[in-house]
Amino acid sequence: MTPWNDNPVLKVEHLTMRFGGLVAINDLSFNVGRGDITALIGPNGAGKTTVFNCITGFYKPTEGRLVMKQKKGDSFLLERMPDFKISARAKVARTFQNIRLFGGMTLLENLMVAQHNPLMLASGMSVAGIFGLAGYRQAETEAIDRAKYWLNRIGLIARADDPAADLPYGDQRRLEIARAMCTGPEILCLDEPAAGLNPKESAELNALLRFIRDEHDTSVLLIEHDMSVVMEISDHVVVLDYGEKISDGTPEEVRNDPAVIAAYLGVADEEVEVVEEEVGL
Amino acid sequence: MEYFLQQLINGVTLGSIYGLIAIGYTMVYGIIGMINFAHGDIFMVGAFIALILIVALGLTAATPLLLLILALGLVLVIAMALSAAWGWTVERVAYRPLRGSFRLAPLITAIGASITLQNYIQISQGARNKPLQPLFSGGFTLAEKTSEQGTFAVQISYMQIMIIVTTTVLMVGFTLLINKTSLGRAQRACEQDRKMASLLGVNVDRTISLTFVMGAGLAAVAGLMFLLYYGVIDFYIGFLAGVKAFTAAVLGGIGSLPGAMLGGLLIGLIETFWSGYFSVEYKDVAAFSILAIVLIFMPEGLLGRPEVEKV
Repeated sequence: MTPWNDNPVLKVEHLTMRFGGLVAINDLSFNVGRGDITALIGPNGAGKTTVFNCITGFYKPTEGRLVMKQKKGDSFLLERMPDFKISARAKVARTFQNIRLFGGMTLLENLMVAQHNPLMLASGMSVAGIFGLAGYRQAETEAIDRAKYWLNRIGLIARADDPAADLPYGDQRRLEIARAMCTGPEILCLDEPAAGLNPKESAELNALLRFIRDEHDTSVLLIEHDMSVVMEISDHVVVLDYGEKISDGTPEEVRNDPAVIAAYLGVADEEVEVVEEEVGL
Repeated sequence: MEYFLQQLINGVTLGSIYGLIAIGYTMVYGIIGMINFAHGDIFMVGAFIALILIVALGLTAATPLLLLILALGLVLVIAMALSAAWGWTVERVAYRPLRGSFRLAPLITAIGASITLQNYIQISQGARNKPLQPLFSGGFTLAEKTSEQGTFAVQISYMQIMIIVTTTVLMVGFTLLINKTSLGRAQRACEQDRKMASLLGVNVDRTISLTFVMGAGLAAVAGLMFLLYYGVIDFYIGFLAGVKAFTAAVLGGIGSLPGAMLGGLLIGLIETFWSGYFSVEYKDVAAFSILAIVLIFMPEGLLGRPEVEKV
């Protein structure tokens, strides 16, 4: 019953992160299955974002390993790589809780920055770019095509040349995901992608994430508080509380795990069912 | 009128040189938010490299024109490359180790780098003025006016034409680089959010290094122009030229490329016109006063964006 252990794209092994005396994550191990949507959930302060920060090189873990295994079979130890290589080589992409688009640049340019490395290579460190040589032009055209493909997919192609900061919030969220996808990742880490979205936008997001998983063969790891999103789209749920894993399984299993219910609701067992209904779990 | 025209030509020439240096200030400020005080000295080093090369190649006014232009092109390329290496080194040694420390630290090392470069040139090349015989003479006479005081001719020299043309070409090329190439996009992305750019796979350190390299290359061009135009350099020229170019960058709106070019032109024009109509002694005062006035009324400079607090 644990298909994510067979061929994981990312293995988190005994991850520990201490900030001085504070233990943010304590001996955490879990696998992110290839081609799965994996949700990382837990109450506020459980250490979810810290896990993301370790994966994407913001923090160097105090202990533990993060093994990224690509389709082709190459594996990378993420905790040893500088942050730009984690995206460029290991093919890990990420978004943040708050929106971090390049607001002053156009939508298209935002997606082009994400394709910087192949373009830089094709342009011979930009020399060919200035003179508009053929090889660079072709690479540029491909990059633009890919960017337009994603803009089409998220329904923003009409605004390709507007500054990203002019978009409404929900569109900015989707643009961030599109930009992350333009780096050609094998795993996409999303930190609360549904935060602040209305139900319609939330449904669009679910569709987009499924599309990414099914059509682009990309595994998704997401942090989410919106249980309707988590339960609806995830294949695998990992629950953290106080930096430790308290549950790990299918949405069905996790939803019925007493430890999870206690962590979230913190109530006596006889009241659990009542509160459960109220929050729609 | 003829006098005005002549001053305009002189002002644009001087302004072009300031503009080229100002680009280096504004780009570095844009991408890492620090003032690279050593930039003026990179300009000075560029001028010295150019002088050494010109002397080594034995170029004089007697050299056939075509050969002279080709040789100067060669001098330009080598001076740009060597100055770029200097710019890269300064960034690598004095600024990169301090990235992420408090804001004033790189400013202090910048001043240190500036003093180091000046002293290095002072020791290795001597403290005296280095003259260079003019390589080009003559020019076009655009207009002439005869009055009882004599004849006043409005002239644009070949030298001035060369400076203005080279500057224009470089600025166009540069604008294309920033707006159309992947490197330019990466630079603009780093300006806005370095952390995010690195998460998208942009090598931020390398992008910053390349910014310094490009700024230093343009400063070297300015150095060669300055050398050819004035015919005399010393180890201290970088200071005043640097301060002027920095003023130009601030006047145009620091962080803005067209702003740096516009600011450079304005400073050059103000200085020239002030010298032409009022007094040569106070030309620097005039340029800096305009800066003060502009900053009082438009703190973000002429073409700068207002500073937006990041939330």
